[in-house]
Amino acid sequence: MSTTSATAVPPFRVESATPASRAAAVVGLLLLAVLATAPAWGGSGFMKLLIEFFTLLALAQMWNLLAGYAGLVSIGQQAFVGLGAYGLFVGTDRLGLHPLLAIPVLAAVIALIALATSLFAFRLHGGYFAIGTWVIAEVFRILVSGAKEVGAGNGVTIQGAAFLGPQGRLALTYWLALGVGFGSVILVAWIMRSRLGLALRALRDSEAGAESLGIDVFRTKLAVYLIASVGCAVAGAIIYLSLLRIQPNAAFSVDWTARMIFIVIIGGLGRIEGPIVGALVFIGLRETLADFGSLYLVILGVVAIGLTLLAPRGLWGLFVARFPMVSFGAQPRLVMGAQTPGGAGPPPGTTPTEVA
Amino acid sequence: MSLLEVRGASSFYGDFQALYDISLAVQEGERFAMIGSNGAGKSTLLRMIAGLLPARGGGIRFDGQAIDALPTHERVKLGVSLVPEGRRVFPSLSVEENLLIGGYRGRRGHWGLGRVYELFPLLKERARRSAAVLSGGEQQALAIGRALMNNPRLLLLDEVSLGLAPVVIRELYDRLPAIAAAGTTVLIVEQNIDQALGVADRVACLLEGRISLAGRPAELTREAIAAAYFGI
Amino acid sequence: MEWVNAVIQGTLLGGLYALLATGLSLAFGVMRLVNLAHGDLNILAAYLALVVVTATGANPLVGLVAVVPVMMVIGFLLQRVLLNFALGGGVLPPVLVTFGIAVVVQNVLLDVFSADSQGLDAGPLENASVTLTDQISVGFFPLLTLLVAVGVLLGLQFVVSRTQLGRALRATSDDTEAARIVGIDHRRLYSIAMAISLGTVAVAGVFLGIRTTFGPSDGPQRLIFAFESVIIGGLGSLWGTLVGGVALGVAQAVGNQVNPAYQALAGHLLFLAVLAFRPSGLFARRTARQV
Ligand SMILES: Nc1ncnc2c1ncn2[C@@H]1O[C@H](COP(=O)(O)OP(=O)(O)O)[C@@H](O)[C@H]1O
Ligand SMILES: [Mg+2]
Repeated sequence: MSTTSATAVPPFRVESATPASRAAAVVGLLLLAVLATAPAWGGSGFMKLLIEFFTLLALAQMWNLLAGYAGLVSIGQQAFVGLGAYGLFVGTDRLGLHPLLAIPVLAAVIALIALATSLFAFRLHGGYFAIGTWVIAEVFRILVSGAKEVGAGNGVTIQGAAFLGPQGRLALTYWLALGVGFGSVILVAWIMRSRLGLALRALRDSEAGAESLGIDVFRTKLAVYLIASVGCAVAGAIIYLSLLRIQPNAAFSVDWTARMIFIVIIGGLGRIEGPIVGALVFIGLRETLADFGSLYLVILGVVAIGLTLLAPRGLWGLFVARFPMVSFGAQPRLVMGAQTPGGAGPPPGTTPTEVA
Repeated sequence: MSLLEVRGASSFYGDFQALYDISLAVQEGERFAMIGSNGAGKSTLLRMIAGLLPARGGGIRFDGQAIDALPTHERVKLGVSLVPEGRRVFPSLSVEENLLIGGYRGRRGHWGLGRVYELFPLLKERARRSAAVLSGGEQQALAIGRALMNNPRLLLLDEVSLGLAPVVIRELYDRLPAIAAAGTTVLIVEQNIDQALGVADRVACLLEGRISLAGRPAELTREAIAAAYFGI
Repeated sequence: MEWVNAVIQGTLLGGLYALLATGLSLAFGVMRLVNLAHGDLNILAAYLALVVVTATGANPLVGLVAVVPVMMVIGFLLQRVLLNFALGGGVLPPVLVTFGIAVVVQNVLLDVFSADSQGLDAGPLENASVTLTDQISVGFFPLLTLLVAVGVLLGLQFVVSRTQLGRALRATSDDTEAARIVGIDHRRLYSIAMAISLGTVAVAGVFLGIRTTFGPSDGPQRLIFAFESVIIGGLGSLWGTLVGGVALGVAQAVGNQVNPAYQALAGHLLFLAVLAFRPSGLFARRTARQV
């Protein structure tokens, strides 16, 4: 982004915090503190459910970042879930790394892989981008299914974390899931308050308009793609640190992305609260409707279609429309300074003009 | 009864109001010109009449029938044809195909492929070419011909002269009598005041979305028109 | 000789991929809709044929007479009651809605027909072959498949280039608003386009169903093959799509020859190579885009 634009644009500050968002941050931190002690008091079933919730939350936040904020509808994020799983296996079992070390290492490697895949995927747009990312995920699935070093089609079992003992591994996995769940929310909030977030807002309103503001649309989208890919890989590694058994068809299954999509559509696309609400509802639905088998997925599909057409901002959007004051305010707003062109702008501190 | 009657209609782009409480009546067989500077709302008015934009408040009647609720293609079926600003010919279609698709609704009448080619002989020479390779004037002729193929009762012309050389503009305007003679009522939108005054039976002026003047060309003074046009 | 055979088999299969691809690119060309349920609707057509065959004992090829119109009606209605409402609001709604449809179709099929693989039996036709040299013989059925595919493509080409419907499709693809100005009901036209799209999908579905077994979860793969053919051939050209389909078919056959596990992979790699080195496709038209 050019710095010269600062002279063309009236002074502004990026304002994201609202009383509600500050309250949410406080509540969130308290919640985190309480949840962090769960290994001391929670049963393993409870912790496993939370591991699932927080890893799904992280995946959904990443997909929301891609589709909801950057307009990149990927149906291939399972590529990175699978790569994260196998990355963890290679790190712990083949290289002998501690899981805590293996995860940052695999994140770095997968960032490079994502950069390479972007060369292909970014040639496509819109719905064709969606299928293109899917093909790329398929390529990884097939390649891994053929790689004897990682068990080919049968897959592998992670044993490099066995030294932690069952309780130790569960606690570590739980803390990591907690970290990645909270971390994903904080990451998205932070991104949306940064210049990248402003670029994303401009881009969502109009790509051509964003370009005319001097925003590099390609680099903005690429940054989001890389962040989301690494995010999914880290979440995938934690999921499989919990599951241990990795099979290529499951690890690279489009079901991962389907879950992300359902969660985001249900909760609310393009809002940071959406994946939180969506993940809660999604797990709730699954717990209650699991007995229906494939019918459960039919219901999910119908719900997704209905919400997309009738309530594209999801449950959270419906909720906010009714109670506007509860918004976390992670949508950054440009608060115009005193010198708006023509001098007709509001004085600072009074009724800020929402540009976003 | 007027062929077209707009009464108290407004139009919006989102929250932005482009037309305020417009009322006008165009009689059958008349040539009516709407002038106004860039951004006055002329195209918006035609798009509203054609059904591309909803009219809010008030109403639009065509031949006595309320057409507000009708989608564009139904209005075309009744005989309302728009020659849009910027011509908008179909580049994937040949010249002749552009004309044939103009007759999509199958309204019968004076105009057909042969008559349009008589009116614009150049189009006949270029019949098999892609519309994309035509010059601006030829594209404008094609856009008019495409609209005529619907045998419209009301022809809406949006800035036919836009971006064309004076000699080309004159050639196109010279065809207007022939079009009117075939019984078509014409509503012309122009920024070019002289052009509009020269051909119109009646003229009205739009200023920032409101009608600022209306009358017969002979009755209007230059000063009155300038004031209505520029808002001074 | 095995290789020559592989290439011939791939070419014959490619016709079906081209049919699949045509439906996908027709919807994209006319209404900028990328139908993620394309593959699952293709599988649905095969199951419909299975139902017809089971109920009447007819040859699946005869069953086409029922399956194609039914799929066309499904396409028309799907567009009319659902997809038209997803258009005009950016890229997300159509992708999400068609993804939802894909999930629904897949799981309804799973519910009704179970996960077991099914096949369509076209009788002795399937084993007949035409001997070219003493080492190369071409199955009669694959040959018929290619001929039918080319026939359908020719028919479509005729409709698109010679009829008022085709002109309307191209005009709408060029400029929807200008199309409305000439009196085209674009929503209705979209529904017709989707009907045609699913009609071709139905033909491809029945032929593929005779050729290979199918299950409720095979849709995504079909979608991907269709998509790869479109991109390899070059967006929006009917004959480019045929080239794309054949190229994909040949790549897969060759991959299969190397190692049966790599059949699909070879196609994916060809697709990625085209994307990297010739993103406009092997056969892209430079000017006048066609639907
Ligand atoms: N698609 C649009 N979205 C928002 N505003 C528009 C749009 N089209 C036109 N306008 C605005 O509406 C007003 C009238 O425009 P228009 O009818 O095109 O004027 P004219 O044809 O007289 O030049 C102008 O202020 C213009 O900026
Ligand atoms: Mg205008």
